[in-house]
Amino acid sequence: MADEFINISMTVNGEKVSANVEARTHLVDFLRNSLELTGSHLGCEHGICGACSVRLDGVVVRGCLVLAVQCHGSEIETIEGLSDSGEIKDLQEQFVERNAMQCGFCTPGMLMTAAELLRKNEARSREEIRDFMSGNYCRCTGYHAIIDAIETTISNRQSGGCS
Amino acid sequence: MNKAALTPLDQQHSYVGRNLPREKAKRAVHGRGRYTDDIMLPRTVHAAFVRSPYAHAKILKIDVEKAMAHPDVVLVMTGSELKEMCTGPWLGTLSVFETMKTAPQYPMAVDRACWQGEPVVMVVAKSRALAEDACELVSVDYEELPIVAHKETALEPGSELVHPDLGDNLAFEKLIDNGDVRQAFLNAEHVVEGVFDFGRHTAVSLEPRALLASFEKDTDQLTIYTSSQTPHMIQAIIAKTFGLPEHKCRVVAPFVGGSFGLKIHSFGDEFAATAATMKLGRPVKFIADRLESFVTDIHARENRVTGKIAVSGDGEIQALEIDILSGVGAYSQYPRTSVFEANQILNITGGPYKHLNYKARMRVAYMNKVPTSQYRAVGHPIGNSVGEALVDMAAEKIGMDPIEIRRRNIMEDDSYPRMTASGIEVADMSHQQCLETLVQRMDYSQLCEERDALREKGIYRGVGIAAFIKGTAPGPAGYYGAGGAPIASQDAATVKIEPSGNIICAVGVTDQGQGVDTVMQQIVATTMGVSPDMVRVIEGDTDATPYGGGTYASRATAIGGEATYQAALALREEVLMLAGALLQAETKNLDIINGNIVDVGTGNIRISMAEIGRIGHFQVAQLPNDIQPQLSYTKRFRLRDALYIFTNGIHGAYVEVDTDTGWIKLLDHWVVEDCGRVINPILADEQVRGGCVQGIGGALYEHCIYDDEAQLLNGSLVDYIVPMASEMPNIDVAHVQTPTRVSELGSKGVGESGTGAAPAVVMNAVNNAISPFGAKVFAQPMTPEIILKALRKI
Repeated sequence: MADEFINISMTVNGEKVSANVEARTHLVDFLRNSLELTGSHLGCEHGICGACSVRLDGVVVRGCLVLAVQCHGSEIETIEGLSDSGEIKDLQEQFVERNAMQCGFCTPGMLMTAAELLRKNEARSREEIRDFMSGNYCRCTGYHAIIDAIETTISNRQSGGCS
Repeated sequence: MNKAALTPLDQQHSYVGRNLPREKAKRAVHGRGRYTDDIMLPRTVHAAFVRSPYAHAKILKIDVEKAMAHPDVVLVMTGSELKEMCTGPWLGTLSVFETMKTAPQYPMAVDRACWQGEPVVMVVAKSRALAEDACELVSVDYEELPIVAHKETALEPGSELVHPDLGDNLAFEKLIDNGDVRQAFLNAEHVVEGVFDFGRHTAVSLEPRALLASFEKDTDQLTIYTSSQTPHMIQAIIAKTFGLPEHKCRVVAPFVGGSFGLKIHSFGDEFAATAATMKLGRPVKFIADRLESFVTDIHARENRVTGKIAVSGDGEIQALEIDILSGVGAYSQYPRTSVFEANQILNITGGPYKHLNYKARMRVAYMNKVPTSQYRAVGHPIGNSVGEALVDMAAEKIGMDPIEIRRRNIMEDDSYPRMTASGIEVADMSHQQCLETLVQRMDYSQLCEERDALREKGIYRGVGIAAFIKGTAPGPAGYYGAGGAPIASQDAATVKIEPSGNIICAVGVTDQGQGVDTVMQQIVATTMGVSPDMVRVIEGDTDATPYGGGTYASRATAIGGEATYQAALALREEVLMLAGALLQAETKNLDIINGNIVDVGTGNIRISMAEIGRIGHFQVAQLPNDIQPQLSYTKRFRLRDALYIFTNGIHGAYVEVDTDTGWIKLLDHWVVEDCGRVINPILADEQVRGGCVQGIGGALYEHCIYDDEAQLLNGSLVDYIVPMASEMPNIDVAHVQTPTRVSELGSKGVGESGTGAAPAVVMNAVNNAISPFGAKVFAQPMTPEIILKALRKI
């Protein structure tokens, strides 16, 4: 098992990537160790905390529950990609202004999930935002500020403000 | 503010009291936070551990041959081999706890494993996965030994023993008996009592413990990157454990992904990984995975407290008595000990109130479980829960409103300094103002009316109130340094002006996301009269910062902030003196505003800070010969006799209990607290909110559940529940600002009080909600099962 290596190629943040990886390597270990994209974090490696959330073919997944080899031919986006593209610039600014993170370890995953909510482009109540974000753990903030930041961003986008 | 004269903090261009954004937040949102595991050094190898599957077992034989033969393994080390590298064992005692006893501990088990999860063998390989593969090849023969799994029986004669050499399982016992408690209870009009149980829980920092150590054999230089709150303490104990010169051990704490007290301790696996780099001369990384975190990170909170309170018919608290049984782990955690939780319960229970008769006993029992130690708001969630529950029960007994009984008994705002019944001096508190502010903010009467109206419809809501005190910023007369541990209670800041006129501030306290660096930036910018972007703060590196205790016990702003303020004042004075000499003006007629030295009164710009920096560094000849610019000042700050700087406040909670399912819904939560001068309101608010939710986690969900074999049954994030966004309430936060008299800055600690008081208010609200059924819960976490049992539904 340990010595089974497989050739894969995929698009990561718009760049073509090819590698020879151990079959057992999960996506985030591949992103972090092989591609040095350290923005995706590992908080539990069993699919609960959400710190490893990345976008796989347009859908947010737990990067620790997907093997790198499963992503052969896929398109991956990480927090680095979303930052470079400017897709969530307004959300990131709100997170900073509202101090919606402390240690910041959950933040990339939190933003990936919030980005999915933003893409639905619908008004949301605080309760709906809380429900949507419940798969991402934060140990520092108590969530209040995170919900504020997402709520404000949705509201700004709805009113045609900065997006 | 009660300061008579205006200080630089109060001036027109002050950045104190403003919501300055954090630099680290800007990095974190782009995925550019740099945590220990993100740091990659050439030729790094990775450590994994074989851990004891038993809570107590003799190690008969270890066979590492197959692991050594694995082609990707570079080192295998047993506990006894690691022992040979240590100067001696760890002893988790402090001399201030005179009768305390503990067993000697080495970083890995030597001949006996004393808890499930204790490291036994380290395997170092070219990747973590390969190291784990090779761990599977290690075979260890154990002989199971008798287990101590329950604190309730651990101190009984004839109990099995965690450490037979100690004679019994009693780590420490302490009794205080102030006033005349016996007589007060004999004469009491009303006495109510309860037995309170607090489950064991753990920090679950989202970034697990992490260490990357690199030893250069040619120079004996050790560099450790680690997720730590206390770099200087780690430096000291690493050096002591391995007999290394302290000045050749550099400890760097990069981004720290949550800490909450977890990361102020020494952990055997981290020391083993450090030993590995010393052996190998190449970098060794150890990142705890979540499963091993549950059985190696310190645990906390496991206590049973019996309490009773005497109260007069008109609501005067006459006496309080508690008995604390604290269940700790197999060893007292080095170097801070495992007895603080009980000691803080003893110190603070009933702390907001004026009563004089207080008796408390604490007993701390060893068990074959993960060692416990300091976790956010040490002891306070327990002491506040017990004290505030007893006050509510007393109120109920005499038919008095919970607000009213507190109004009658809290210490008066004009009565300080004074002593608590536990014998600790407190000062500069504001219980009365906080209480009245809370009543207004939560619209207490209206809320009670709504609750009562809904009860008619079979909806059971409860309103809870809980006052608190919180010990912050421990002083030198207290415990750690005084007790012999290499932990500074004072702290230091260096503030220096660069040739550009910009300011560098290096501090001994550290940031784990609270915004310590931003707070210091605001203090320096305000004091120096420059904009915040002219100030950069350095922390978390023993090579780059003055020696300090780091961040623990809500001390960073209270202690480190004052040191920073004093250092900035000294540099300000010199800058003005240099300007005066250059301008031939009197210093007292000069001020610094927006990075320029100006005339007081007119505000006319005379010279810029950049000019002062340039001349001070490069063109000193422009100054008279008798002026030697220093351009850099280091100041330290210590408390005097005070044990802590105490803060105070009060929480309100509104909850709904589903009496069919036992599910508790948190509807609203209010906090009014007094941390003295608030430097950055949004940062202070978020400390309070995050603290509350961590406290709520312990009150409702979090529990390290052990079976009779002392096996942890729920050691994963699947099974160990932490608060999620959907269950948490919005939290209303307000501050009363009574500056502490012990510093000129006037700030107290703010990071832990939310955690300290939230469990108390939630428990009181739940008990209020189920009071129509004559039911009460005294156990945390208050799971649905516990609620339904209290309601006699199961």
